[in-house]
Amino acid sequence: MAMLVDTRGLLCPEPLLLVKQEMSRLGGKGKMAVLVDSGAAKENISRLAQNQGWEIAVDQQEGFTRLILTK
Amino acid sequence: MGKVNILLAGIVAGILALVLVKFGNPLNMGFCIACFLRDIAGSLGLHQAVKVQYMRPEILGLALGALAASLLNREFRTVGGSAPLIRFALGFFAIIGFLAFLGCPLRMILRLAGGDLNAVLGLAGLTAGVLCGVFLINKGYSLGRSQPQGKAGGYIFPGLVLILLLFAVTKPAFLLASKEGPGSMYAPLVLALAAGLLVGFLAQRSRLCLVGGIRDFVLFRDTYLLIGLAAIFATVLLGNLLMHTFNFGFANQPVAHTDGLWNFMGMALGGLACVLLGGCPLRQLVSAAEGNTDSALTVLGMLIGAATAHNFGLAASTQGVSPAGQAAVLGGLAVVFLIGACSRSAIKVKGSAADNSSAVAGQ
Repeated sequence: MAMLVDTRGLLCPEPLLLVKQEMSRLGGKGKMAVLVDSGAAKENISRLAQNQGWEIAVDQQEGFTRLILTK
Repeated sequence: MGKVNILLAGIVAGILALVLVKFGNPLNMGFCIACFLRDIAGSLGLHQAVKVQYMRPEILGLALGALAASLLNREFRTVGGSAPLIRFALGFFAIIGFLAFLGCPLRMILRLAGGDLNAVLGLAGLTAGVLCGVFLINKGYSLGRSQPQGKAGGYIFPGLVLILLLFAVTKPAFLLASKEGPGSMYAPLVLALAAGLLVGFLAQRSRLCLVGGIRDFVLFRDTYLLIGLAAIFATVLLGNLLMHTFNFGFANQPVAHTDGLWNFMGMALGGLACVLLGGCPLRQLVSAAEGNTDSALTVLGMLIGAATAHNFGLAASTQGVSPAGQAAVLGGLAVVFLIGACSRSAIKVKGSAADNSSAVAGQ
């Protein structure tokens, strides 16, 4: 059971903020799927996840990207 | 995405800012989105301040460079519908604030790197505005989601830029151009356009944003965008020192005034409005070129804001900010804060299994 964080259509810094809130709600580890549709958000979220030791799987969809974060 | 992109964007923007000044732009004004939009508004006759009228090719180049980068990297997408009129108003008031200071966040960095200590108060104001915006964001501020729109909408803004470029090249009789003052000081068209194109391209790739630099550091302790800001500052500072154009002090700074309170308040208004918009004027310009019609409307709000600032005597002069300008900044702060306090997000993280991509894609 992974939580879904849909950041599509949101401008900075909301996508990153939603992911960060979800990370702390999960207690810093677990699994979540993040939907992003902007390059900036994708890079920001990937950077945050990497810095905090989350593994990132990238799944390119039509018009958006799904990032699966696990730790 | 490594930090090389943002470092490169900052250094190149810094070098080109120095080059543009060397070849004719006003001092500490290699780039300034607020000043250049004001000059463009003047050249189109939207305001009658005869010293600040010129069709600045830098702005046109920035937009077209960002467009090229987004097309090359398949990031051009027509989206919009996230509170467009609110964004127009935020763009309008951001410029009212920036023109009280006499510069957008980018020019603020250039002024700092030129030794203009008035910009220290600007930076303090900008930071205060950003902190206020971050406070509102933490309280749940959001303008809601944009939606994908018909492809044509995304090309309206670049199309407008192309028409303006045609004006800049052919110089039709209706296009106004200053004979004295900052509007009469400019680098050659081809150089200004090329500099804009290159910086626009790099800004799109690196997501360079001066307000975002401070915002992300405060919110996330993320220094990525701050590196861009620091790179511009360091490059231009070094260049000014080497070329003996570093002029340390408050008095006699180019296109600046010494009224510290209104340097602070103007940048506070601009900083707050930009955090609520999601980025500085440069970032709005780049985003508009990537097909974001909300950002395009924000840029138009800035253009009309610049025209209004000069038509109604709200913009600062080298003597300072007029009582009308001070009232506009205070009124702007009230309106922008109210927008920030009243715009609440209904966006929630969903508690559903998300491993099924088809379920996600179909929503």
